[in-house]
Amino acid sequence: MAQVVIENDVRRPEGRARPPSGAALRRWSLRGAAFVYLGLFIVLPVVAILQHGFGDGLGNLRDALDSFGAKAAIRLTLEMAALTAIINGIFGTLLAYVLVRIRFPGRDLLSTLVDLPFAVPTLVAGVMLVALYGPNSTVGGWFEAHGIHIIFAPLGILLALLFVTLPLVVRSVQPVLLELDPAEEEAARVLGAGRWTTFRRVMFPALRPAIAAGCLLAFARSLGEFGAIVIVSGNRVNETLTAPVFISQLLLPTHYGSTGGPDAAAAVSAVLFGLAFVLVLATERLVSRDTERS
Amino acid sequence: MSARAIQRPQPSPTGDEDLTQLRNADARRGRLVRGVMLAVALVYISALLVAPLAGVVLYALRSGLGTIGRTFGQSDVHHAFLLTFMIMAITVAVTTVFGVVVALVLARDRFPGKRFVSALVDLPLAVSPVVVGLMAVLLFGRGGWFEPFFAARGIQIMFALPAMILVTIFISIPFVIREVVPVLQELGMEEEQAAWTLGASRVQTFFRVTLRNIRWGLLYGIALSAARAIGEVGAVLIVSGAITGRTETATLYILRAFDQYQDQEGYIVALTLAAFSIVLLVGIETFKRRRTGEGD
Repeated sequence: MAQVVIENDVRRPEGRARPPSGAALRRWSLRGAAFVYLGLFIVLPVVAILQHGFGDGLGNLRDALDSFGAKAAIRLTLEMAALTAIINGIFGTLLAYVLVRIRFPGRDLLSTLVDLPFAVPTLVAGVMLVALYGPNSTVGGWFEAHGIHIIFAPLGILLALLFVTLPLVVRSVQPVLLELDPAEEEAARVLGAGRWTTFRRVMFPALRPAIAAGCLLAFARSLGEFGAIVIVSGNRVNETLTAPVFISQLLLPTHYGSTGGPDAAAAVSAVLFGLAFVLVLATERLVSRDTERS
Repeated sequence: MSARAIQRPQPSPTGDEDLTQLRNADARRGRLVRGVMLAVALVYISALLVAPLAGVVLYALRSGLGTIGRTFGQSDVHHAFLLTFMIMAITVAVTTVFGVVVALVLARDRFPGKRFVSALVDLPLAVSPVVVGLMAVLLFGRGGWFEPFFAARGIQIMFALPAMILVTIFISIPFVIREVVPVLQELGMEEEQAAWTLGASRVQTFFRVTLRNIRWGLLYGIALSAARAIGEVGAVLIVSGAITGRTETATLYILRAFDQYQDQEGYIVALTLAAFSIVLLVGIETFKRRRTGEGD
């Protein structure tokens, strides 16, 4: 089959190292298809949300923030997202180091496990946490008896967010760590620097953009997470209600507290969305600056 | 500070033997540090991922074969799984075809504002699924921009399959593009140019050269996309109305089961979804490894 094609083609007189004629037209149709796709599926919805959220100035936003539990929901979401970014920043970096620099049996398995949250539905992640740490289970019961509330408490929300965002920092730091030359660290050690000093002064500066990018992504992801939280948190107003769940309750008439409707939801969403967009741009910048340097 | 950092080890007065001892002690401490790091990493992963997975397996199996049989016997459950996989199939088809187009443009075309377009592609990774659901409400819901158009033609978008597919596509857009662009960039254009030189048409070149070269990266993106599509809940909840037996996906079924205190059914369906996702995970890992080898 392939043979036949090549024989046919060699006989073509105008075979040259450029796309066949009509290249400009083809390039524009490819470009056009890409722009139409992204325009319809991403730009249009984004414009809709910004127009509804801020179309009447900041009035909608003020109304939404005044509605019962809104401010507490946004504060809780920001706190949980920040904690998640910090904790997974530390453990994600540690995991990346372990995966890259330490040889041990079962390393491939650990690497696969790190990707588990990419594959498992976020709602199922929440179900898993309830199964293990819920008040009816042995483990959860033990914690409950010792006064540590996990499920239907902020700690459960934190665990859910840590679960969902675990791969982000690891996968951001790992490729940079792989390219880092261990000779630099050895040089520092030979010159008498301790292990901690070597990490702090030699490795950390090289890893910092990647760690920051991973943390930003984890923070952004945490701000919007719904599936993993909705079962775990119990969604009590002013206590364990996060902003995404709050928005969903504004939109779903079947749930209680639907006072604001789509306009209030659009205002809170526009805030969340604006934050997400800024975070994505910041991450993009960090990553591209990093690749330019190397 | 820096003076201490670069302080040389004290020369040992007694010579080589002492130095060897020092080196051995240092190596021992190094092993200890590595051991502690490994242990901390394993404990973290176990408490966060492995133990909860084991927990759900235990719960689902403990409910007994009877409950498991009854759960899978429900027509609601059949319908929920069917719907989930239908949405996944359509989403994957759309995000794959258009994802490759966008990846080709991003990797090979040059135009002003390219970085902005690239950030736009990543946006769905950061936007809350609930906000995505709201976007669909604003476009297609009552009083939405396109509502009059579709209502006049009797086409139901909201609380029906079309809206559910649209939001799932939005959420799954980045995966194929993000995995294919770096592969394309690394490959360059030499092989395509060789094919053109030999007179192959653009279509032939795409299917025989380009697609063949990016296949592992593409499959990796498709697997991630499929996983995300199966697991979507927030956006789908808002646009579907979660009508049992009609617009209820597998994840929405789980949500309802827990809402109505039918935890066991919830655990069983959740475990089934987890099993699917672990199959996908094996695919994800395989494709990822192949893709890394593909650049050479």
